[in-house]
Amino acid sequence: MIALSDYLIVSAILFSLSVAGIFINRKNLILLLMCIELMLLAVNINFVAFSYFLDDMAGQVFVFFILTVAAAEAAIGLAILVVLFRNRHTINVQDLDTLKG
Amino acid sequence: MSVEKFLFYVFAAMLIFASVMVITRRNPVHSVLFLVLAFFNAAALWMLAEAEFLAIALVLVYVGAVMVLFLFVVMMLDIDLSEMRAGFMKYLPLGIGISAVMVVELLMVVGPAYFGLDKYAAPAAKAADYSNTEALGTLLYTEYLYPFEIAAVILLVAIIAAISLTLRKRPETKYQDPSKQVTVKKEHRLRVIKMEAEE
Repeated sequence: MIALSDYLIVSAILFSLSVAGIFINRKNLILLLMCIELMLLAVNINFVAFSYFLDDMAGQVFVFFILTVAAAEAAIGLAILVVLFRNRHTINVQDLDTLKG
Repeated sequence: MSVEKFLFYVFAAMLIFASVMVITRRNPVHSVLFLVLAFFNAAALWMLAEAEFLAIALVLVYVGAVMVLFLFVVMMLDIDLSEMRAGFMKYLPLGIGISAVMVVELLMVVGPAYFGLDKYAAPAAKAADYSNTEALGTLLYTEYLYPFEIAAVILLVAIIAAISLTLRKRPETKYQDPSKQVTVKKEHRLRVIKMEAEE
């Protein structure tokens, strides 16, 4: 049988991979957004696995809400990205230094 | 090895492979397509965990809507790829190092020692007429009704925000002003001229 630790290990590897992705693709804003989506997916896998093994539907309700918020976040993030590209003609994170951050 | 376990390993391996490809591909379009593959495999894993409704919702919402939106944006913007790749090799050791440390730390916590089958036994199989969608829906529309309404409002806010962010008024565009259209009078359009009859 599939153990709970199997699901948790897969999602831990997925989460670490997306952290690595944020490090190595730190210039490309689109890939940063995609890595955030992968992180959310890893968290959702944890929620679903715990919901199954603890036999509690609340975990799946949480995943439902996370999916909703993540979809809204992706839509607004991409809209900001398009406006940014229209105004600055770049999505390179290094060039976005107006705030001197 | 049972069939479920074999399927689990296949889908998990494909999920990890797809996410490695997502973060290492040179072309962002390929990255998006591998992310689609990753979402499909995650949906299969959720199906194995008996979360059928969410698995289908993941495919419909993510693959059908969000990833298509990503693909649309990636193809619409013409990005200088070579500039984006600068520093890839420079940050590769750092990324691998940090993620390796994270994996090791997480595995020490979530490994089979604490979350193995002897600690959390797999739940008994549900009856044949059990409906995951019905159970989730019942919970959503009773206990979680208020958060559900808030989620709907969040989606509405996202729609309005995305449209108002990307909407732009161009000066050369001709558009109608309905308030002026409905308040128009006869004198604005019709001019009565008195003149002598001509032969």
